[in-house]
Amino acid sequence: MTPPLLELRDISFAYDGKPVLQRANLAMGAGCIGLIGPNGSGKTTLLHAAMGVVTPDSGEILLNGEPVRGKKGLRELRRQVGFVFQNPEDQLFCPTVLEDVAFGPLNLGMPPKQARETASAALARLGLAGFEDRVTHRLSGGEKRLVSLATVLSMSPRGLLLDEPTNDLDPETRIRFIDIVRSLDQAMLIVSHDWDFLDQVADKLYALEHGQAVSKDRGALHRHVHAHPAGELLHEHLDHKRT
Amino acid sequence: MSGLEEPFALGDTFLHKADPRYKLASAAVLSVAVAVGQTWMAPLAGLGIGVCLAGLARLQPSRLARRLLAVNGFILFLCLVVPVTTPGEAVWSIGPLTATREGLRLAGLTAVKSNAILLILMALAATSTTAAVGKGLDGLGLPKSLTWILLLCYRYAHVILAEQRRLARAAALRGFQPKTNRHTYTTYANMVGMTLVRSYERSQRVSQAMVLRGFDGSFRSLEQAGASRRDRLLFACCLAAALVLAWIEIKTRFFA
Ligand SMILES: Nc1ncnc2c1ncn2[C@@H]1O[C@H](COP(=O)(O)OP(=O)(O)O)[C@@H](O)[C@H]1O
Ligand SMILES: [Mg+2]
Repeated sequence: MTPPLLELRDISFAYDGKPVLQRANLAMGAGCIGLIGPNGSGKTTLLHAAMGVVTPDSGEILLNGEPVRGKKGLRELRRQVGFVFQNPEDQLFCPTVLEDVAFGPLNLGMPPKQARETASAALARLGLAGFEDRVTHRLSGGEKRLVSLATVLSMSPRGLLLDEPTNDLDPETRIRFIDIVRSLDQAMLIVSHDWDFLDQVADKLYALEHGQAVSKDRGALHRHVHAHPAGELLHEHLDHKRT
Repeated sequence: MSGLEEPFALGDTFLHKADPRYKLASAAVLSVAVAVGQTWMAPLAGLGIGVCLAGLARLQPSRLARRLLAVNGFILFLCLVVPVTTPGEAVWSIGPLTATREGLRLAGLTAVKSNAILLILMALAATSTTAAVGKGLDGLGLPKSLTWILLLCYRYAHVILAEQRRLARAAALRGFQPKTNRHTYTTYANMVGMTLVRSYERSQRVSQAMVLRGFDGSFRSLEQAGASRRDRLLFACCLAAALVLAWIEIKTRFFA
C-alpha cells in the first residue's frame, strides 16, 4: 500500500501554554477530507502545523511516509502540498492577478515565459481566462477566492489544504466553486462550516474535538443539511452529532 | 475607494500607452536636467516642457490644478522662509525681517523647478498605474526590494484603508461622534492602535503565504513586454530635451 501523501502523527501544539492540538492524528491520501469544528477549536492551527507554518511541540509530519525534516523537507512539503489561506487578502499580495498566479511557478524555478503560460492556464482552468491584468484590489470577494486557489494550483501540487474556502461566496460563485473542487484530482483537506458544501465534495469527515481530529460518519452531513433548509448558513452544533 | 485612486492613469494618449520603463527613464533625465539648474533659463524651459507634456497626456486641468495646489502650499511656505533667511543684498524689510535679493531668487527658482518636475512626473509617471510603475522600475534594474516595497504598499494600502474604515464605521454605528474631547482622542488612538496591530498581524500572514508558495527571499519577475519604436522615440526626444536644457544651463551660467 502506498503511504498517504500527508500525515500528521501525534501532533501537539500550544499557543503560550494554551493547548490547541493534543496528539492529533490525520492522514490525507487520495480523495477529499472535510474538517469541521467550532470557531477557535484549532482547525487553522492544524493546517498550519501540517504545512510547517507553526512548529508542533511534539509529533511528526510525514510526506509520502517520510518524516519532514529541516529546510529541505519543508520545501519539498510545500512543493507537493498547496495551502490556501482563509482570507484571500493574505494570499494575494501582488498588484495584478497574473503576477500573483505566476509567483509560485517562478519560485519553483520556471523560466518567465513558461511561468506566464502556466499561470494563464491555471486561471483558465478556474474560468478566469482574461483576468491576467486585472488589479487585485478591484476583484470581487468571490473572484479573489478563485484567484487564491489559482495561485496554488499553478504550482501543480499533489495535495491541497483549503481553509474555509466558501466563506463569503455568493450562491452562484459557491456552486461554481463546488464544481471546481469536484473536478480537481488533488488530495484535499478542507476546513469548512459549510455543511452542504462538504456534503457535496468530501469523501470523509473529521471533527476537531479537544485538540484531536475525530472521524465522523459522513452521512451526518447529509442528514444535517436536510434537517436544516438553511443548512449552508453558518451555524454550530456539534454535540448531538456524535455517532 | 477615494484617496487611493489613480485618475491620471486612466486615459489613452500615446503617453498613457508608452512603456513605463521608457517613461520613467525620460522623467528621470528631464527631472535631473531641471533640478541642477542654477540660472533661470533652463528651469523655465523645463517648466515649458512640463506644461507641454501635461497637455500631451491630456491631464484633466482641474485635477492637475488641485494636485499642483497641494504641493505649492508647501512651496509657499519655503517662499516665505527662504528670502528672509538667505544672507545677501537687502531688498526690503518688515520689522526684524529682511528679504534679500539672493533669497528671493532662490525661492523663485525652487518654485519653478518644483512645478516643472511635478508636471513632468505627472505626465510621465502618473499616467501609468502604480503596478505598471513598479514593473517599470524593476525593468530599469532598480533593487527588487525597493520596487516590492512600493508594490506591497500599494496593494495593502487599500486593505488597511478598508480595515480602518470598518473600525470607524463600527464606532459610528455605536454612536461615536468625533468632538474635541478626551473620549474622542482615546477612541482615535484605539483605532490607530488597532489598525497597526492588525496590519502587523496581516504582514505575518502574508509573509507566511509567500513562503508556502516557495518564496525564498528573492523576487523573480515575469519577462517585460518588448518596447516599441515609439517608446524609444519618446525617450530619445526627452533625452534630447534634457541635453538642450543642460546646454542652455551651461551657456547661461558660464558664458553669459
Ligand atoms: N497567533 C496566535 N497567538 C495566540 N493564540 C492564537 C493564535 N492563533 C490562534 N490562537 C488561538 O488558538 C486557538 C485556535 O485557533 P484557530 O486554529 O485559528 O481556530 P479555528 O481555525 O478552528 O477557528 C484559538 O483559541 C485562538 O484564540
Ligand atoms: Mg480558522
